[in-house]
Order: sequence, then structure tokens, then C-alpha cells
Amino acid sequence: MSDLPLIQVRELKKYFYPKKGQVLKAVDNVSFDIPRGTTLGLVGESGCGKTTVGRTILRLYERDSGSVLFDGIDVHGVSRREYKALTRRMQMIFQDPYASLDPRFTVGDIVAEGIDNHGLCATRAERTEKIYRLLEMVGLNREHASRFPHEFSGGQRQRVGIARALAVDPEFIVCDEAISALDVSIQAQVINLLMELQGELGLTYLFIAHDLSMVRHISDRTAVMYLGQVVEHAETDELFTNPLHPYTKGLLAAVPRADPRWERSRERRLMTGEVPSPINPQPGCRFCARCPLATDECRHEDPELREAAPGHFVACRHV
Amino acid sequence: MNERLLTVEDLRVSFDTYAGEVQAVRGVSFHLDRGETLAIVGESGSGKSVTVQTVMALNPMPPARIKSGSIVYKGRELVGLSDREMDAYRGKEFAMIFQDPMTSLNPTMKVGRQIAEGILMHEDISRQEAQERALNMLRMVGLPNPELNMVRFPHTYSGGMRQRIMIAIALACNPSILIADEPTTALDVTIQAQILELMNGLKAELGTGIILITHDLGVVARMADRIAVMYGGQIVECGSADEIFYDPLHPYTWGLLGSMPSTGVRREGKKLIAIPGTPPDLFAPPPGCAFAARCPHCMKICTQTPPEQSVTESGHYASCWLLDKRAPQVEPPEFDIRKEGGRDE
Repeated sequence: MSDLPLIQVRELKKYFYPKKGQVLKAVDNVSFDIPRGTTLGLVGESGCGKTTVGRTILRLYERDSGSVLFDGIDVHGVSRREYKALTRRMQMIFQDPYASLDPRFTVGDIVAEGIDNHGLCATRAERTEKIYRLLEMVGLNREHASRFPHEFSGGQRQRVGIARALAVDPEFIVCDEAISALDVSIQAQVINLLMELQGELGLTYLFIAHDLSMVRHISDRTAVMYLGQVVEHAETDELFTNPLHPYTKGLLAAVPRADPRWERSRERRLMTGEVPSPINPQPGCRFCARCPLATDECRHEDPELREAAPGHFVACRHV
Repeated sequence: MNERLLTVEDLRVSFDTYAGEVQAVRGVSFHLDRGETLAIVGESGSGKSVTVQTVMALNPMPPARIKSGSIVYKGRELVGLSDREMDAYRGKEFAMIFQDPMTSLNPTMKVGRQIAEGILMHEDISRQEAQERALNMLRMVGLPNPELNMVRFPHTYSGGMRQRIMIAIALACNPSILIADEPTTALDVTIQAQILELMNGLKAELGTGIILITHDLGVVARMADRIAVMYGGQIVECGSADEIFYDPLHPYTWGLLGSMPSTGVRREGKKLIAIPGTPPDLFAPPPGCAFAARCPHCMKICTQTPPEQSVTESGHYASCWLLDKRAPQVEPPEFDIRKEGGRDE
């Protein structure tokens, strides 16, 4: 049972239909596993579908096809009541700490909302005690429980968001750009907190971000998405030191490193062009318009995600 | 080549609000030479944007107020000039690009006219000639099909393309100083790399001095010749890029460098060096060093008296009591970047 990955995503598809005759393939045939107690980093440019993947796993969006198994349970196949029981085990931390907390709730009530919904505390005193414990766990004080979100800084609000996610003792948390809105020094505080909590509580994370250096720091495995598809997926170190897909290479080369001498000495190969529109995509490899290796074959046939080295998956016919 | 363009001395800017006086900038001094890039780094609320907006005279006064200090551009004092007098500088001598290319373009105006608008305002040329120049600018910033793009509206462009248009507008009058306030924060990394490359190319071509505001140390490493680190409305450390990255003097700079994982370094499951606490309240700034409350090396004097500037021979300076002769020796922590020192992995 414990060998089974906590999250198994199989050929997941989520399409949107913005207008008649248009189809936006936000998530197109995505598969991956997240073993218990580990972190999967999901990176890619805006509009590549990483947030949609996170939301579809939690069934905040209904899938179009494919499946998401949480601890062997089909998240999209269960009844409403069974789903509610599942929501206690899976939680989400949102990007914007300013918009994701109800301004009319006190911090205590925000944190306790999940506890109330699932009836986890029998008495008022138990509930209060639990709120205090959660706030202290994320580095806030118990006095903060009676305050309102506007009284807090961005970093503190993100801690409230984390406390809210932890309130129902989940096993799995989707962190959707959880640190993007914060200053660097505060980002480090939140990342350290997330990693400590993982060590203490054995949490499993899907860490969605566009900041590659933070992903490298926190993730065990990393998946790279481009226009709705996973183009490469490997152990984090392997992916960063030995990227195979031309998109991953371009993405890594574009990240400036906080090291002036290295920046001055390095040869720069910039990826040209921009991400094309995800609406009504052409058949063939999604990346071929920007790819230096693209051939006619790439323009007609979808590349398959195959195992190029043990545990290193890549969707490109030229590697 | 070392022509001094801008000298800012002891600039103090406050905002008068109902809640009291916010001392946003508290004694900032820096200079900018022709063809160099000065990066100003710091957290949100550290006063970096207010500083450059004051140079550009973009802050409405009131509520903003220049309490003291001077801003000298090519030998001429700018503090005290009227709004109309400043018009001759703003857009012509200094230009600015903003963080958010989505909201800083006029949505009701075609791109070509937006670029020509600035040229017509500052130069005595015909509409026709201005349009010609606008077309050239679009070519220069690498927009495909410039003729076609002259008559498009901003909403039809992606973020990266809009930022290119912003740069075209800013450089249309060939300014000597380009102020870029978080120019790539809203963009994806691959687009960011393209925009930074464009800015570097134009700087080399036109000799523009760039003041770059950012909190991304990677961007700073790629772009900056010199770096000023701001905290709590003051420049706490200033030096060349190499000095700041490889030989930082101020504990806040140590904290900044330590809190960023370097993409070049293997993950070893170790913690990032976070700076505990939050930035100071600028309604009532602390009497001593602004960083004292978060500083791991804080001494008694730090909370009482503001530290003086300690300057090294090369001009690298920092304001910290640890640099005083009487202070105990504190070794900076080991950073990934310092260990790496420009080597590849």
C-alpha cells in the first residue's frame, strides 16, 4: 500500500471551449506519479497549463478524460459525499495571498473553515486550541487569530494560507505559485517552512512555479510543461544538469544566475519567439515553431513521452 | 567615457498621509555615468521606486515632499524646478519603462501614434517625420512587420511585445538615462532573457545610462555594472557588481544573497538562509540602523545610533556598525555564489 504513489495522473485531459469552433487544450494527455512524502515541481511559462493540472487533480475542474488516482481512489469518479471526504486529504495553497483570504473573516475563522466543514473538532475549546497550534506551527502568534487579513503583510498572509491548508491534516498539498508574490527573503522563509512541514508531517507536494531556482531547491522530481503537455520529466538534479528536450534547455539557459562572472563569461543561446496560442493547436510537436531541431516529421506527428534514460522521460524525437 | 550624468545627494522624500508622515526615502546618494547600468535592489517598500520617481519628478507633490537633498543632472540642479521646466527633461533626457506593460500603454491609441507622441512633444518636426522615427524605433526593438504594427492597438500584443513597445517609446527621443522599474518582473523567463538582451544591446549602441530597479538578483548579475542595495529607505551598501556578489559587507546583503538558491548549485536538502522578520515601519523608522531588528549580528549601538558609511579604496561602501574598528570581527556566512565564484558546475 505504501509503495503505491499517492498521486497517479493518467492521460489527463482538460479542454476549454472559449468560443464556438475553438478548443483550448489546456491539459493534453498528461501523466505522472507523485510518491508519498515527495515533491513534484511543475514548471513552464504562463499559459502552459500548469495551474490547470493542479486544479484538475483536486477536481476544482472536471476532467475531460483520463484519470487522477489519489491513494488508489479515482478522484473524478467518486460520489459527492466520497469527494468531500477526499477534500480533507488534499488541499491547495494559492498564489495571491491578497486575494485568497476572505477579508471579512478573522484569521482564526479562515484557518478553521475546513475544520468546521468537516466537523473535525467536537468542542469550541478544542477548535480554538487547534487554531492556535496551527498558527504557531506556521510561525504566527495566537493573538493573530482574532485579526483580519488586511492587518498582515504578504508573507504573513501566505502563512495564514498554509495554516488553512494544514488545518484538516491533509496528505497532499498543491502549492500553486505559492511564493511568487513574495519578496526574496520572505520566499526563503516560506520555502523553509514548507520543507520543515514536509519533514514533520510527511506531506506530499505538487509545487507549481515558474521560478526554476526555487523549484530546484524544493522538488525531488521536476516536470516541464509546454502548451498543455509534459515535455520532460526527471529527477530534479538530472533535469537541471542534463536537460534533454530543446525547450528545457532553452528555459534553463534563459534563467539568469546570481553570479556576475558566470553571467559575463557564458555563451548565450536565446530561445526566439513566444509561446504560440493554445487555441486550436496544429498537430505535431507543440514546440516545433521555436525549436532549432525541428524537422518535417515534427510538424506532423506528436512525439511520444519516452524513457531516454532510467527515470528520465522526454517527448522529443531528436534526443 | 566616464561622463557623469546624474548625481543624487542625500535625498529625503516623505509622503504626508492622514496616518502621518511616511519617510519613504531617508538620505539616498548615488551617481550614474554614461553607458553604465546601476541596479537598485531591495524588497518591496524599501524606497527604490520612490527614489527614481523623484528623479523623474513623477510623484505628485503633495502628498510627496522632498525634504532635502539635491538631484544634479549634467551640472544642473533639478530639485526646485517647476513642473513645466521638468517637462523639458522628462521623456527627453530621462525616460522610464515600467513593470507592467499591460497597463502602462494607452489602450485607445495606436502603437505608432503613442511612440510619435513623445517625439512630437520634444522636437520640432512634422507629424510625418515623427511617424518615420516611430517606425525606426519599432524596427530597433525587434518587432516583426513594423509597418503593420504601427496601426495596431496595444491589446493585440503579448506582454513581451508590449514591453518592447514601451522600450521604443522610452528611447524615441534618445534619452541619456533610461530608468527601468522592474522591467521584466511580469514576463516569463524566456521573454525576460530577450528583453534584457535588447536593453543591453541598445545600451551598447546608444550609450544610454540605465538605472535598473529589480529584486531579482539573477537579473542584476546579468545587467549591472554597479549595485546599490536599499533597505528601509536608505542605501545600505553600494559597490561594483563583483564587490556586492563576491565580497558583500552588509548583513542585509548577506541575507539577500543567502536567501536565493542558486540554479547552479546542487540541492542538498539544506535550508535557505531566510531573513527573519519583516521590513521596518517607515511611519516611525527606528532611530538606529534600519536593519537592526532583523540582523543576526545586532549590537547595542545598532538600535541607538545610525551607522556611518565605511568606504573601501575602490569606492565600495556600506553602512554598518560591524565595519567600525571597535566592532567584533564577524565573518559573512558561506554563500553558494561565493563558493562557486563564476565557475561552471
